[in-house]
Amino acid sequence: MIAELGHYALVLAFMVSLVQSSVPLIGAQRGDAVMMDLARPASIAMFLLVGTSFGALTYSYVVSDFSVINVAQNSHTDKPMLYKISGVWGNHEGSLLLWITILVTYSVAVAFFGRNLPPALRARTLAVQGMITGGFLLFILLTSNPFLRLDPAPIDGNGLNPLLQDPGLAFHPPMLYLGYVGFSMAFSFAVAALIEGKVDAAWARWVRPWTLLAWTFLTLGIALGSWWAYYELGWGGWWYWDPVENASFMPWLAGTALLHSAVVVEKRDALKSWTILLAILTFGLSLLGTFLVRSGIITSVHAFASDPTRGMFILLLMGVSLGGALLLYALRAPDLKGGGLFAPISREGSLLLNNLLMATATATVLLGTLYPVFADALNLGKVTVGPPFFNAVFVPLMIPLVIAMGFGPMLSWKRGDLAGALSRLKAAAGAALLAFGLAWVLAGGALDDVLAAFGFGLAVWLLVATLVELAERVKLFKAPLAESGRRFARLPRAAFGMTLAHLGMAFIVAGVTAASAYKQESVQVMVAGQTITVAGYEFTFQGAERVEGPNYSAVKGHFGVTKDGEPIAQLDPEKREYTSPPMPTTEAAIHTNGWADLYAVVGDPNEDGPGFVTRIYFEPLVPFLWYGSGLMALGGFVSLTDRRHRVGAPTRRKVAAATAGAKPASA
Amino acid sequence: MTRKKRRMYLIGAGMAMLFAAAGLVLTAFQDNLVFFYSPSDLQEKTVEADQRFRLGGMVEEGTVKKSGEMVRFNVTDYAASTPVVFSGILPDLFREGQGVVAEGTIGADGVFVAQEVLAKHDENYMPPEVADALAESDPDWKKKLGRTAEGVDPAQATN
Repeated sequence: MIAELGHYALVLAFMVSLVQSSVPLIGAQRGDAVMMDLARPASIAMFLLVGTSFGALTYSYVVSDFSVINVAQNSHTDKPMLYKISGVWGNHEGSLLLWITILVTYSVAVAFFGRNLPPALRARTLAVQGMITGGFLLFILLTSNPFLRLDPAPIDGNGLNPLLQDPGLAFHPPMLYLGYVGFSMAFSFAVAALIEGKVDAAWARWVRPWTLLAWTFLTLGIALGSWWAYYELGWGGWWYWDPVENASFMPWLAGTALLHSAVVVEKRDALKSWTILLAILTFGLSLLGTFLVRSGIITSVHAFASDPTRGMFILLLMGVSLGGALLLYALRAPDLKGGGLFAPISREGSLLLNNLLMATATATVLLGTLYPVFADALNLGKVTVGPPFFNAVFVPLMIPLVIAMGFGPMLSWKRGDLAGALSRLKAAAGAALLAFGLAWVLAGGALDDVLAAFGFGLAVWLLVATLVELAERVKLFKAPLAESGRRFARLPRAAFGMTLAHLGMAFIVAGVTAASAYKQESVQVMVAGQTITVAGYEFTFQGAERVEGPNYSAVKGHFGVTKDGEPIAQLDPEKREYTSPPMPTTEAAIHTNGWADLYAVVGDPNEDGPGFVTRIYFEPLVPFLWYGSGLMALGGFVSLTDRRHRVGAPTRRKVAAATAGAKPASA
Repeated sequence: MTRKKRRMYLIGAGMAMLFAAAGLVLTAFQDNLVFFYSPSDLQEKTVEADQRFRLGGMVEEGTVKKSGEMVRFNVTDYAASTPVVFSGILPDLFREGQGVVAEGTIGADGVFVAQEVLAKHDENYMPPEVADALAESDPDWKKKLGRTAEGVDPAQATN
């Protein structure tokens, strides 16, 4: 009964989406206020209906209703409650429902928080959101209905893939979708602006917080996925340039470019048509990601049960939405008059450089990801494009980007003073050179170590340059400390957010460099009492025993770690064999001191004699990756609290300023 | 600075970036494309000793032999079979009679030395290349597998 209710709510939501995607649009065209205002109740209705449907599926999981196929295939009575709930989105149908739930949540948020938007822009934006929602509702109803029944119902379900029974992965998909789907807002705003034929500073100021919100969640989602892969898969890596990873990384790159170009539109009224194009492409890449993951067209270590009809449907959705938007763009973009002029050396110039590099990087990742598909279609043989390709292409593009990140924020708008900026960055350049030299000498001074040392130099350059920029803003040491403190407190939150995000990037550069260059790995058979040394740490294998968990049994190994005789850590990795579905997993044991991780994995028992196969990793600066991603996301959230995003937005009509002031600021 | 001049700068910068990217991509492609072969492919063509490639198929039943951290097994597409040697811990889902993709080089003795054996996150997953290779050498491979998910029949579930 509950499942049928959920199904029925989805059908109703589809009907509402038809209304939402047409009536407000016509109203905006005719200037009919009543028709435009319909967008608001329609998006609320859609939110309630899809929410009901999502609630119904969650309920079926919580009570383990195995007469629903989706529950029977992906759940089990023995599962802890957290994984019963996260199982809702641990499969294709349920995760698609989560996708739509988040989509309508964004729509309803515009309906509520977008009161200061001009009515026509709001109506058009919500109408475009309605079209996207309608398309996806049709997709789920026609090809991926999560509410199908099974008769007779099995006594128990198949269970959830044990790899997904993990807190890190329970929250990875919702975060990722909040990001992916959030870019639909930028897309809808862009299409609405194209229909209206008007892009100005006000538009950029409205679209920026939504893009920022999506970007922040996507950052968190990717970081969570990477972290999960690091500790759960037992391979000691955190990024593999796998197609599915790239699928989430491409919208992130394009979204980062969009955030930066929207600043130029807002402050300087330039780069308008480029920003609109980026907004369309960013969401296009999100759709492409959804397609790549779910169509099974590309070999990936991430397996979603794939189905060609679903792939075709997403391709169709992508073709219609992207094709329509780009056609509109081709018709309307020439009318978008460029605004302020600027010299190549200026804040705008540096933001443009960021955009060029980010767009190029996105394009190369896209090419590498799709190349196997093209090669196969053109009969060039079956090929794989792996990490070496991406490293060879991506890293050289990031080097100028990180260098530019140092001085870009120092340049003034319109016409910057590069020599002046560089002279103020003497400290950063000095520190970077010092770090380079130090890292090189400490590593032994061989030619092979130059690249890694260069990476550390870059990280230090960015770190110090960002701090210098912050210090200049608050006039540290140039004014009394109290004055600096006051300035710091009054710093616009958006500027502070940028500082945090750029610092995060410095940490990531350092982490990536160290983890790629100085990771150590050792694989061997160990018997109890045996000791091996990795990176100066002595790992003593103390044996292994069998332990029983709630829905698995495991071999648990014990390692004592010492350095120079001093005990450092106790590592107890497990190799688990889950019962439903029967599947082994590796639980790595990780000890971190904040700078480096010690990582131990226990494998199968040795078949020729006593002992177990074990794998030990020394992972330097991997924690920096998590600090860096955390700082980036924090920067995003801090920037979102900037009051300029909420009140005092430049309004197109003078009268609106009065109403905006009278309204209580919403959080 | 005039509008025209600025546009020239923009186009110039864009073109430079495009050329740089094209150069990077082409050099990287030259060195880093990894081809995929099935055991039958390897019988037909010779692969150079230092050429890295991916070998895919099924892990042949009864051929997995472990000694210490060394593992030997055969990869088969039911028409031909290639011996593989790998040093390290196999991915969790490595099992006899299941699909596998290994990356490495082949020696003069015809033994494939795997540097990497790829893990899949799902036991019912079949890499598309492996499925294609199997279908090419034996259209009935699915029946030989004789493996369906327990409890729920997948055919019924996806109606």
